[in-house]
Amino acid sequence: MRTGAMGICVMCLLLLAACQREKRDIRPSPTRLAIYGDAAKEDALRPGGPISPQPVVNNPYNGSAYDISEGQRLFNWYNCSGCHANGGGGIGPPLIKQHWTYGGEPANLFDTIVKGRPNGMPAWGGRIPEYQVWQIIAFIRSMNGEQPRSATASRQDSIETNPQNIVNRVRGKTK
Amino acid sequence: MKNNTRQIFSTFAGVLGVACLSLLISCAGHQQSAVDPAGPQSGRIDTLWWSFFWLLGAIFVIVMVLTLMTLGRRHRGFEQEPLEATHKPSEETDSRLRRIIAGATVTTVVILFVLIVASVGTGKANSELQNKKNPLTIQVTGNQWWWQLEYMNSDPTKILVTANEMHIPVGRPVQIRGISNDVIHSFWVPNLNGKRDLIPSHVTTQWMEADHPGVFRGQCAEFCGLQHAHMAIWVIAEPEDKFDAWMRAQLQPAAGPSTPELQRGRQVFMNNACVYCHEIQGTTAAGQNGPDLTHFGSRRGIAANTVPNTAGNLAGWILDPQSLKPGNHMATIALNSTDLQPLVEYLESLK
Repeated sequence: MRTGAMGICVMCLLLLAACQREKRDIRPSPTRLAIYGDAAKEDALRPGGPISPQPVVNNPYNGSAYDISEGQRLFNWYNCSGCHANGGGGIGPPLIKQHWTYGGEPANLFDTIVKGRPNGMPAWGGRIPEYQVWQIIAFIRSMNGEQPRSATASRQDSIETNPQNIVNRVRGKTK
Repeated sequence: MKNNTRQIFSTFAGVLGVACLSLLISCAGHQQSAVDPAGPQSGRIDTLWWSFFWLLGAIFVIVMVLTLMTLGRRHRGFEQEPLEATHKPSEETDSRLRRIIAGATVTTVVILFVLIVASVGTGKANSELQNKKNPLTIQVTGNQWWWQLEYMNSDPTKILVTANEMHIPVGRPVQIRGISNDVIHSFWVPNLNGKRDLIPSHVTTQWMEADHPGVFRGQCAEFCGLQHAHMAIWVIAEPEDKFDAWMRAQLQPAAGPSTPELQRGRQVFMNNACVYCHEIQGTTAAGQNGPDLTHFGSRRGIAANTVPNTAGNLAGWILDPQSLKPGNHMATIALNSTDLQPLVEYLESLK
Protein backbone atom coordinates (compact mmCIF):
# COMPACT_ATOMS: atom_id res chain seq x y z
CA MET A 1 0.00 0.00 0.00
CA ARG A 2 2.69 2.42 1.09
CA THR A 3 4.84 1.49 -1.89
CA GLY A 4 1.90 2.21 -4.16
CA ALA A 5 1.40 5.69 -2.66
CA MET A 6 5.12 6.39 -2.98
CA GLY A 7 5.00 5.28 -6.58
CA ILE A 8 2.13 7.63 -7.34
CA CYS A 9 3.97 10.53 -5.66
CA VAL A 10 7.09 9.85 -7.73
CA MET A 11 5.01 9.69 -10.91
CA CYS A 12 3.39 13.04 -10.08
CA LEU A 13 6.81 14.61 -9.52
CA LEU A 14 8.01 13.22 -12.84
CA LEU A 15 4.90 14.67 -14.46
CA LEU A 16 5.83 18.10 -13.10
CA ALA A 17 9.31 17.77 -14.52
CA ALA A 18 7.74 17.42 -17.96
CA CYS A 19 6.24 20.92 -17.65
CA GLN A 20 9.57 22.37 -18.77
CA ARG A 21 8.78 21.16 -22.27
CA GLU A 22 5.79 23.48 -22.57
CA LYS A 23 7.43 26.54 -21.01
CA ARG A 24 6.80 29.59 -23.16
CA ASP A 25 8.85 32.72 -22.89
CA ILE A 26 6.66 34.59 -25.31
CA ARG A 27 8.24 37.84 -24.20
CA PRO A 28 11.94 37.56 -25.03
CA SER A 29 14.36 38.85 -22.44
CA PRO A 30 15.71 42.32 -23.38
CA THR A 31 19.23 40.89 -23.41
CA ARG A 32 18.19 38.65 -26.31
CA LEU A 33 16.86 41.44 -28.49
CA ALA A 34 20.29 42.67 -29.49
CA ILE A 35 21.56 42.33 -32.99
CA TYR A 36 24.53 40.07 -32.33
CA GLY A 37 28.10 41.18 -32.92
CA ASP A 38 31.28 39.26 -33.64
CA ALA A 39 31.63 35.92 -31.91
CA ALA A 40 33.74 34.02 -34.42
CA LYS A 41 37.25 34.79 -35.49
CA GLU A 42 37.53 35.53 -39.15
CA ASP A 43 39.99 32.66 -39.66
CA ALA A 44 37.14 30.31 -38.86
CA LEU A 45 35.82 30.96 -42.34
CA ARG A 46 37.74 28.23 -44.03
CA PRO A 47 35.44 25.92 -45.89
CA GLY A 48 36.02 22.27 -45.13
CA GLY A 49 39.14 22.98 -43.07
CA PRO A 50 39.50 22.37 -39.36
CA ILE A 51 37.00 24.36 -37.35
CA SER A 52 38.70 26.70 -34.92
CA PRO A 53 37.43 26.00 -31.41
CA GLN A 54 34.38 27.98 -30.44
CA PRO A 55 33.42 29.05 -26.96
CA VAL A 56 30.77 26.68 -25.64
CA VAL A 57 27.53 28.62 -25.99
CA ASN A 58 24.34 27.14 -24.70
CA ASN A 59 21.25 27.75 -26.73
CA PRO A 60 18.79 29.29 -24.25
CA TYR A 61 15.94 27.50 -26.03
CA ASN A 62 17.30 23.95 -25.83
CA GLY A 63 14.53 21.50 -25.12
CA SER A 64 11.71 24.03 -25.40
CA ALA A 65 8.92 22.75 -27.65
CA TYR A 66 7.48 26.24 -28.15
CA ASP A 67 10.76 27.77 -29.31
CA ILE A 68 11.57 24.85 -31.61
CA SER A 69 8.19 25.26 -33.29
CA GLU A 70 8.76 29.01 -33.50
CA GLY A 71 12.09 28.22 -35.16
CA GLN A 72 10.28 26.03 -37.65
CA ARG A 73 7.89 28.89 -38.49
CA LEU A 74 10.75 31.40 -38.86
CA PHE A 75 12.69 28.93 -41.02
CA ASN A 76 9.96 29.44 -43.61
CA TRP A 77 9.17 33.08 -42.86
CA TYR A 78 12.75 34.18 -43.39
CA ASN A 79 12.95 31.89 -46.40
CA CYS A 80 15.74 29.62 -45.14
CA SER A 81 13.64 26.97 -46.86
CA GLY A 82 14.18 28.81 -50.15
CA CYS A 83 17.73 27.42 -50.37
CA HIS A 84 17.89 24.64 -47.79
CA ALA A 85 14.40 23.25 -48.56
CA ASN A 86 12.97 21.40 -45.59
CA GLY A 87 16.47 20.61 -44.36
CA GLY A 88 17.34 18.40 -47.30
CA GLY A 89 19.16 21.11 -49.23
CA GLY A 90 18.70 22.42 -52.75
CA ILE A 91 20.40 25.61 -53.83
CA GLY A 92 22.11 25.55 -50.44
CA PRO A 93 23.60 22.61 -48.55
CA PRO A 94 21.43 20.20 -46.57
CA LEU A 95 20.98 20.87 -42.86
CA ILE A 96 20.45 17.26 -41.84
CA LYS A 97 23.98 15.89 -41.70
CA GLN A 98 26.93 14.99 -39.51
CA HIS A 99 29.78 16.90 -41.15
CA TRP A 100 29.22 20.63 -41.21
CA THR A 101 31.36 22.80 -43.46
CA TYR A 102 31.51 25.56 -40.87
CA GLY A 103 30.79 23.58 -37.73
CA GLY A 104 27.51 22.26 -36.39
CA GLU A 105 27.74 23.44 -32.78
CA PRO A 106 25.20 26.10 -31.72
CA ALA A 107 27.93 28.79 -31.68
CA ASN A 108 29.04 27.85 -35.22
CA LEU A 109 25.48 27.92 -36.50
CA PHE A 110 24.96 31.27 -34.84
CA ASP A 111 27.97 32.73 -36.64
CA THR A 112 26.92 31.18 -39.92
CA ILE A 113 23.49 32.78 -39.72
CA VAL A 114 24.60 36.14 -38.34
CA LYS A 115 27.68 36.65 -40.48
CA GLY A 116 26.87 34.69 -43.60
CA ARG A 117 29.24 32.34 -45.43
CA PRO A 118 30.92 32.48 -48.84
CA ASN A 119 29.08 31.30 -51.95
CA GLY A 120 25.61 32.39 -51.10
CA MET A 121 24.71 32.32 -47.41
CA PRO A 122 23.61 35.88 -46.65
CA ALA A 123 24.51 37.61 -43.40
CA TRP A 124 21.38 37.96 -41.30
CA GLY A 125 23.15 39.92 -38.57
CA GLY A 126 21.70 43.37 -38.13
CA ARG A 127 18.34 42.07 -39.36
CA ILE A 128 16.98 39.33 -37.15
CA PRO A 129 16.90 39.79 -33.38
CA GLU A 130 19.09 37.39 -31.44
CA TYR A 131 16.29 35.37 -29.84
CA GLN A 132 14.91 34.45 -33.25
CA VAL A 133 18.35 33.28 -34.42
CA TRP A 134 18.48 30.98 -31.40
CA GLN A 135 14.98 29.67 -32.14
CA ILE A 136 16.01 28.84 -35.70
CA ILE A 137 19.15 27.10 -34.39
CA ALA A 138 17.05 25.09 -31.94
CA PHE A 139 14.91 23.94 -34.88
CA ILE A 140 17.93 23.09 -37.08
CA ARG A 141 19.44 21.08 -34.24
CA SER A 142 16.13 19.29 -33.76
CA MET A 143 16.24 18.18 -37.40
CA ASN A 144 19.52 16.45 -36.54
CA GLY A 145 18.14 14.75 -33.48
CA GLU A 146 20.08 17.10 -31.20
CA GLN A 147 17.01 18.10 -29.23
CA PRO A 148 15.13 15.93 -26.77
CA ARG A 149 12.59 13.79 -28.56
CA SER A 150 9.90 15.05 -26.18
CA ALA A 151 10.36 18.64 -27.38
CA THR A 152 10.36 18.10 -31.13
CA ALA A 153 7.18 18.08 -33.16
CA SER A 154 5.87 14.67 -34.06
CA ARG A 155 5.08 16.02 -37.50
CA GLN A 156 6.31 18.97 -39.51
CA ASP A 157 4.18 21.72 -41.02
CA SER A 158 5.66 20.92 -44.41
CA ILE A 159 5.16 17.70 -46.31
CA GLU A 160 8.32 16.20 -44.82
CA THR A 161 7.91 13.24 -42.53
CA ASN A 162 9.18 12.95 -38.99
CA PRO A 163 12.70 14.49 -38.95
CA GLN A 164 13.88 12.01 -36.34
CA ASN A 165 13.15 9.20 -38.75
CA ILE A 166 15.20 10.93 -41.43
CA VAL A 167 18.13 11.35 -39.07
CA ASN A 168 17.93 7.71 -38.14
CA ARG A 169 17.83 6.76 -41.79
CA VAL A 170 20.80 9.00 -42.60
CA ARG A 171 22.77 7.50 -39.75
CA GLY A 172 21.78 4.01 -40.74
CA LYS A 173 20.02 3.29 -37.49
CA THR A 174 16.96 1.96 -39.24
CA LYS A 175 16.47 0.25 -42.52
CA MET B 1 -48.64 29.74 2.32
CA LYS B 2 -49.68 28.43 -1.05
CA ASN B 3 -50.42 31.96 -2.27
CA ASN B 4 -46.97 33.07 -1.15
CA THR B 5 -45.23 30.37 -3.17
CA ARG B 6 -47.25 31.23 -6.20
CA GLN B 7 -46.43 34.92 -5.83
CA ILE B 8 -42.69 34.23 -5.51
CA PHE B 9 -42.80 31.98 -8.60
CA SER B 10 -44.62 34.46 -10.77
CA THR B 11 -42.49 37.41 -9.64
CA PHE B 12 -39.33 35.44 -10.39
CA ALA B 13 -40.55 34.40 -13.83
CA GLY B 14 -41.60 37.96 -14.62
CA VAL B 15 -38.26 39.44 -13.61
CA LEU B 16 -36.40 36.79 -15.63
CA GLY B 17 -38.52 37.46 -18.72
CA VAL B 18 -38.08 41.23 -18.54
CA ALA B 19 -34.30 40.83 -18.02
CA CYS B 20 -33.98 38.56 -21.07
CA LEU B 21 -36.04 40.87 -23.25
CA SER B 22 -34.16 44.00 -22.23
CA LEU B 23 -30.87 42.19 -22.90
CA LEU B 24 -32.04 41.40 -26.43
CA ILE B 25 -33.47 44.84 -27.13
CA SER B 26 -30.23 46.48 -25.95
CA CYS B 27 -28.44 44.58 -28.74
CA ALA B 28 -30.21 46.59 -31.42
CA GLY B 29 -28.26 49.41 -33.05
CA HIS B 30 -24.92 47.86 -32.21
CA GLN B 31 -21.95 47.28 -34.49
CA GLN B 32 -21.68 43.59 -33.69
CA SER B 33 -25.11 42.06 -33.30
CA ALA B 34 -27.01 39.32 -35.08
CA VAL B 35 -30.38 40.87 -34.15
CA ASP B 36 -29.57 44.18 -35.82
CA PRO B 37 -29.52 43.05 -39.46
CA ALA B 38 -27.91 45.21 -42.14
CA GLY B 39 -28.56 43.01 -45.16
CA PRO B 40 -30.89 40.37 -46.62
CA GLN B 41 -28.84 37.43 -45.29
CA SER B 42 -28.72 38.65 -41.70
CA GLY B 43 -32.35 39.77 -42.08
CA ARG B 44 -33.36 36.16 -42.70
CA ILE B 45 -31.31 34.98 -39.76
CA ASP B 46 -32.93 37.67 -37.62
CA THR B 47 -36.45 36.59 -38.64
CA LEU B 48 -35.61 32.96 -37.94
CA TRP B 49 -34.13 33.86 -34.56
CA TRP B 50 -37.18 35.83 -33.43
CA SER B 51 -39.65 33.20 -34.67
CA PHE B 52 -37.72 30.59 -32.68
CA PHE B 53 -37.70 32.95 -29.71
CA TRP B 54 -41.47 33.64 -29.69
CA LEU B 55 -42.54 30.07 -30.47
CA LEU B 56 -40.24 28.40 -27.96
CA GLY B 57 -40.89 31.19 -25.46
CA ALA B 58 -44.62 30.54 -25.72
CA ILE B 59 -44.07 26.81 -25.20
CA PHE B 60 -41.87 27.57 -22.19
CA VAL B 61 -44.57 29.80 -20.66
CA ILE B 62 -47.30 27.22 -21.28
CA VAL B 63 -45.25 24.42 -19.69
CA MET B 64 -44.39 26.59 -16.71
CA VAL B 65 -48.03 27.63 -16.18
CA LEU B 66 -49.16 24.00 -16.33
CA THR B 67 -46.42 23.03 -13.87
CA LEU B 68 -47.44 25.78 -11.45
CA MET B 69 -51.09 24.70 -11.80
CA THR B 70 -50.25 21.15 -10.81
CA LEU B 71 -48.34 22.49 -7.80
CA GLY B 72 -51.36 24.46 -6.68
CA ARG B 73 -53.87 21.71 -7.37
CA ARG B 74 -55.65 19.86 -4.57
CA HIS B 75 -54.14 16.44 -4.21
CA ARG B 76 -55.33 13.26 -2.57
CA GLY B 77 -53.43 14.15 0.61
CA PHE B 78 -53.29 12.24 3.90
CA GLU B 79 -57.00 12.46 4.60
CA GLN B 80 -57.84 10.05 1.83
CA GLU B 81 -56.93 6.44 1.54
CA PRO B 82 -54.22 5.69 -1.05
CA LEU B 83 -55.39 4.03 -4.23
CA GLU B 84 -55.31 0.30 -4.34
CA ALA B 85 -52.64 -1.25 -6.56
CA THR B 86 -55.40 -2.99 -8.40
CA HIS B 87 -57.25 0.29 -9.01
CA LYS B 88 -58.20 0.84 -12.64
CA PRO B 89 -59.17 4.26 -14.04
CA SER B 90 -62.58 4.53 -15.56
CA GLU B 91 -62.99 4.16 -19.31
CA GLU B 92 -63.62 7.91 -19.62
CA THR B 93 -60.42 8.91 -17.74
CA ASP B 94 -58.39 6.41 -19.70
CA SER B 95 -59.42 7.65 -23.13
CA ARG B 96 -58.94 11.28 -21.98
CA LEU B 97 -55.37 10.53 -20.96
CA ARG B 98 -54.73 8.81 -24.27
CA ARG B 99 -56.05 11.77 -26.21
CA ILE B 100 -53.93 14.23 -24.25
CA ILE B 101 -50.71 12.26 -24.68
CA ALA B 102 -51.31 11.58 -28.37
CA GLY B 103 -52.17 15.24 -28.97
CA ALA B 104 -49.04 16.48 -27.16
CA THR B 105 -46.81 14.09 -29.13
CA VAL B 106 -48.30 15.09 -32.47
CA THR B 107 -48.02 18.80 -31.60
CA THR B 108 -44.34 18.37 -30.59
CA VAL B 109 -43.49 16.55 -33.81
CA VAL B 110 -45.31 19.15 -35.92
CA ILE B 111 -43.58 22.06 -34.13
CA LEU B 112 -40.13 20.47 -34.51
CA PHE B 113 -40.84 19.81 -38.17
CA VAL B 114 -41.86 23.42 -38.75
CA LEU B 115 -38.67 24.59 -37.02
CA ILE B 116 -36.51 22.29 -39.16
CA VAL B 117 -38.14 23.51 -42.36
CA ALA B 118 -37.68 27.15 -41.31
CA SER B 119 -34.04 26.60 -40.34
CA VAL B 120 -33.05 24.65 -43.45
CA GLY B 121 -34.95 27.11 -45.64
CA THR B 122 -33.06 30.05 -44.14
CA GLY B 123 -29.72 28.31 -44.59
CA LYS B 124 -30.54 27.47 -48.19
CA ALA B 125 -31.73 30.98 -48.98
CA ASN B 126 -28.57 32.42 -47.45
CA SER B 127 -26.23 30.14 -49.36
CA GLU B 128 -27.78 31.14 -52.67
CA LEU B 129 -28.08 34.73 -53.71
CA GLN B 130 -30.97 35.95 -55.82
CA ASN B 131 -29.20 39.14 -56.82
CA LYS B 132 -25.98 37.96 -58.43
CA LYS B 133 -25.37 40.83 -60.84
CA ASN B 134 -21.98 42.51 -60.69
CA PRO B 135 -20.72 40.79 -57.54
CA LEU B 136 -17.57 41.88 -55.72
CA THR B 137 -15.28 39.00 -54.79
CA ILE B 138 -13.05 39.34 -51.76
CA GLN B 139 -10.65 36.62 -50.70
CA VAL B 140 -10.35 36.54 -46.91
CA THR B 141 -7.30 34.70 -45.59
CA GLY B 142 -7.19 33.85 -41.91
CA ASN B 143 -3.78 34.16 -40.24
CA GLN B 144 -2.70 33.87 -36.64
CA TRP B 145 -4.05 36.49 -35.69
CA TRP B 146 -5.18 38.85 -38.42
CA TRP B 147 -7.18 38.92 -41.66
CA GLN B 148 -5.74 39.39 -45.11
CA LEU B 149 -8.16 40.78 -47.70
CA GLU B 150 -7.69 40.48 -51.43
CA TYR B 151 -10.15 42.29 -53.70
CA MET B 152 -10.28 40.11 -56.80
CA ASN B 153 -10.32 41.64 -60.27
CA SER B 154 -9.91 40.22 -63.75
CA ASP B 155 -7.34 42.99 -64.29
CA PRO B 156 -4.31 41.99 -62.19
CA THR B 157 -3.23 45.62 -61.75
CA LYS B 158 -6.50 46.26 -59.93
CA ILE B 159 -6.18 43.50 -57.34
CA LEU B 160 -6.08 45.19 -53.98
CA VAL B 161 -4.39 43.58 -50.98
CA THR B 162 -5.10 45.00 -47.56
CA ALA B 163 -5.75 43.78 -44.03
CA ASN B 164 -8.18 43.90 -41.12
CA GLU B 165 -10.50 46.53 -42.62
CA MET B 166 -13.01 45.64 -45.34
CA HIS B 167 -14.85 48.28 -47.32
CA ILE B 168 -17.92 47.12 -49.26
CA PRO B 169 -20.36 49.03 -51.47
CA VAL B 170 -23.98 49.24 -50.30
CA GLY B 171 -26.47 47.26 -52.39
CA ARG B 172 -23.89 45.19 -54.25
CA PRO B 173 -23.52 41.47 -53.50
CA VAL B 174 -20.18 40.50 -52.03
CA GLN B 175 -18.75 37.02 -52.36
CA ILE B 176 -16.35 36.07 -49.58
CA ARG B 177 -13.83 33.41 -50.59
CA GLY B 178 -12.42 32.11 -47.33
CA ILE B 179 -9.11 30.34 -46.87
CA SER B 180 -6.58 29.98 -44.07
CA ASN B 181 -2.81 30.11 -43.88
CA ASP B 182 -2.36 28.12 -40.69
CA VAL B 183 -5.21 26.79 -38.54
CA ILE B 184 -9.01 26.88 -38.88
CA HIS B 185 -10.47 30.34 -38.34
CA SER B 186 -14.05 31.48 -38.71
CA PHE B 187 -15.18 34.68 -40.39
CA TRP B 188 -18.20 36.20 -38.67
CA VAL B 189 -19.72 39.62 -39.16
CA PRO B 190 -23.03 39.14 -37.31
CA ASN B 191 -24.76 42.20 -38.81
CA LEU B 192 -24.26 40.83 -42.33
CA ASN B 193 -24.37 37.03 -42.23
CA GLY B 194 -23.65 33.95 -40.14
CA LYS B 195 -20.29 32.29 -39.58
CA ARG B 196 -18.16 30.68 -42.24
CA ASP B 197 -15.06 28.67 -41.37
CA LEU B 198 -11.74 29.47 -43.07
CA ILE B 199 -9.95 26.18 -43.61
CA PRO B 200 -6.35 25.57 -44.77
CA SER B 201 -6.18 24.34 -48.39
CA HIS B 202 -9.93 24.49 -48.86
CA VAL B 203 -11.94 27.42 -50.19
CA THR B 204 -15.27 28.18 -48.54
CA THR B 205 -17.67 30.80 -49.87
CA GLN B 206 -20.21 33.10 -48.33
CA TRP B 207 -22.44 35.81 -49.76
CA MET B 208 -23.26 39.05 -48.05
CA GLU B 209 -24.84 42.33 -48.97
CA ALA B 210 -25.31 45.54 -46.99
CA ASP B 211 -28.57 47.39 -47.57
CA HIS B 212 -27.57 50.54 -45.71
CA PRO B 213 -24.26 52.25 -44.91
CA GLY B 214 -22.67 51.46 -41.58
CA VAL B 215 -19.64 50.23 -39.70
CA PHE B 216 -19.83 46.63 -38.51
CA ARG B 217 -17.43 44.64 -36.39
CA GLY B 218 -16.50 41.05 -37.09
CA GLN B 219 -14.58 38.63 -34.98
CA CYS B 220 -12.89 35.26 -35.43
CA ALA B 221 -15.41 32.69 -34.23
CA GLU B 222 -13.29 29.55 -34.12
CA PHE B 223 -10.66 29.22 -31.40
CA CYS B 224 -7.35 29.60 -33.22
CA GLY B 225 -4.65 30.00 -30.57
CA LEU B 226 -3.38 32.45 -27.99
CA GLN B 227 -4.73 35.65 -29.54
CA HIS B 228 -8.03 34.36 -30.93
CA ALA B 229 -9.87 37.01 -28.90
CA HIS B 230 -7.85 39.82 -30.51
CA MET B 231 -8.63 38.93 -34.10
CA ALA B 232 -11.18 41.49 -35.17
CA ILE B 233 -12.18 43.01 -38.49
CA TRP B 234 -14.10 46.18 -39.38
CA VAL B 235 -16.52 46.04 -42.28
CA ILE B 236 -17.39 49.48 -43.59
CA ALA B 237 -20.41 49.59 -45.90
CA GLU B 238 -20.50 52.80 -47.90
CA PRO B 239 -22.27 54.17 -51.01
CA GLU B 240 -20.88 53.02 -54.35
CA ASP B 241 -19.16 56.34 -55.21
CA LYS B 242 -17.43 56.54 -51.82
CA PHE B 243 -16.34 52.92 -52.16
CA ASP B 244 -14.92 53.57 -55.63
CA ALA B 245 -12.96 56.55 -54.33
CA TRP B 246 -11.58 54.40 -51.50
CA MET B 247 -10.64 51.66 -53.95
CA ARG B 248 -8.84 54.12 -56.24
CA ALA B 249 -6.86 55.57 -53.33
CA GLN B 250 -5.94 52.12 -51.99
CA LEU B 251 -4.69 50.94 -55.37
CA GLN B 252 -2.10 53.71 -55.45
CA PRO B 253 1.43 52.83 -54.29
CA ALA B 254 2.47 54.24 -50.95
CA ALA B 255 3.14 57.96 -50.76
CA GLY B 256 6.85 58.79 -50.89
CA PRO B 257 8.34 60.46 -47.82
CA SER B 258 7.94 64.23 -48.18
CA THR B 259 10.17 65.41 -45.31
CA PRO B 260 13.65 64.36 -44.12
CA GLU B 261 12.03 62.98 -40.94
CA LEU B 262 9.73 60.69 -42.98
CA GLN B 263 12.64 59.72 -45.19
CA ARG B 264 14.55 58.67 -42.07
CA GLY B 265 11.48 56.69 -40.96
CA ARG B 266 11.40 54.78 -44.23
CA GLN B 267 15.12 54.05 -43.89
CA VAL B 268 14.57 52.63 -40.37
CA PHE B 269 11.78 50.42 -41.75
CA MET B 270 13.96 49.10 -44.58
CA ASN B 271 16.98 48.44 -42.34
CA ASN B 272 15.17 46.43 -39.69
CA ALA B 273 13.33 43.14 -39.43
CA CYS B 274 10.08 44.97 -40.45
CA VAL B 275 10.96 44.56 -44.09
CA TYR B 276 11.02 40.74 -43.95
CA CYS B 277 7.36 40.43 -43.09
CA HIS B 278 5.56 43.55 -44.33
CA GLU B 279 4.92 44.88 -47.79
CA ILE B 280 4.74 48.56 -48.69
CA GLN B 281 3.90 48.86 -52.36
CA GLY B 282 6.03 51.40 -54.15
CA THR B 283 9.08 50.53 -52.03
CA THR B 284 11.43 47.55 -51.90
CA ALA B 285 9.61 46.15 -48.85
CA ALA B 286 7.83 43.04 -50.13
CA GLY B 287 7.47 40.71 -47.14
CA GLN B 288 4.41 38.47 -47.24
CA ASN B 289 4.24 37.11 -43.70
CA GLY B 290 2.51 40.05 -42.02
CA PRO B 291 -0.20 42.54 -43.01
CA ASP B 292 0.34 44.79 -46.04
CA LEU B 293 1.15 48.30 -44.80
CA THR B 294 0.84 50.26 -48.06
CA HIS B 295 -2.01 52.40 -46.69
CA PHE B 296 -1.56 51.63 -43.03
CA GLY B 297 -2.27 55.20 -41.91
CA SER B 298 -5.80 55.07 -43.34
CA ARG B 299 -6.89 52.14 -41.17
CA ARG B 300 -8.87 52.41 -37.96
CA GLY B 301 -6.96 49.94 -35.82
CA ILE B 302 -3.64 48.20 -35.35
CA ALA B 303 -2.80 44.60 -34.41
CA ALA B 304 -6.03 43.29 -36.01
CA ASN B 305 -8.02 46.11 -34.39
CA THR B 306 -6.81 45.33 -30.89
CA VAL B 307 -6.27 49.07 -30.27
CA PRO B 308 -7.14 52.23 -32.25
CA ASN B 309 -4.58 53.41 -34.76
CA THR B 310 -2.83 56.30 -32.99
CA ALA B 311 0.84 57.25 -32.94
CA GLY B 312 1.10 56.40 -29.23
CA ASN B 313 -0.45 52.94 -29.63
CA LEU B 314 1.70 52.25 -32.66
CA ALA B 315 4.92 53.18 -30.83
CA GLY B 316 3.97 50.89 -27.94
CA TRP B 317 3.06 48.08 -30.35
CA ILE B 318 6.37 48.29 -32.27
CA LEU B 319 8.52 48.48 -29.14
CA ASP B 320 6.86 45.64 -27.24
CA PRO B 321 4.30 43.70 -29.27
CA GLN B 322 4.23 40.92 -26.70
CA SER B 323 2.74 43.12 -23.99
CA LEU B 324 -0.26 44.20 -26.07
CA LYS B 325 -0.94 40.83 -27.70
CA PRO B 326 1.09 38.09 -25.97
CA GLY B 327 2.15 35.26 -28.26
CA ASN B 328 1.63 37.12 -31.54
CA HIS B 329 4.12 36.56 -34.34
CA MET B 330 5.55 40.06 -34.70
CA ALA B 331 9.25 40.16 -33.91
CA THR B 332 10.37 42.15 -30.89
CA ILE B 333 13.23 44.34 -32.07
CA ALA B 334 15.41 46.73 -30.12
CA LEU B 335 14.92 50.23 -31.53
CA ASN B 336 16.65 53.45 -30.53
CA SER B 337 14.35 56.23 -29.43
CA THR B 338 15.85 58.33 -32.22
CA ASP B 339 14.67 55.66 -34.71
CA LEU B 340 11.26 55.00 -33.23
CA GLN B 341 9.80 58.48 -33.69
CA PRO B 342 10.58 58.77 -37.43
CA LEU B 343 9.37 55.18 -38.00
CA VAL B 344 6.01 55.88 -36.34
CA GLU B 345 5.63 59.12 -38.26
CA TYR B 346 6.43 57.40 -41.54
CA LEU B 347 3.90 54.59 -40.97
CA GLU B 348 1.19 57.05 -39.94
CA SER B 349 1.90 59.08 -43.09
CA LEU B 350 0.93 56.10 -45.30
CA LYS B 351 -2.63 57.30 -45.82
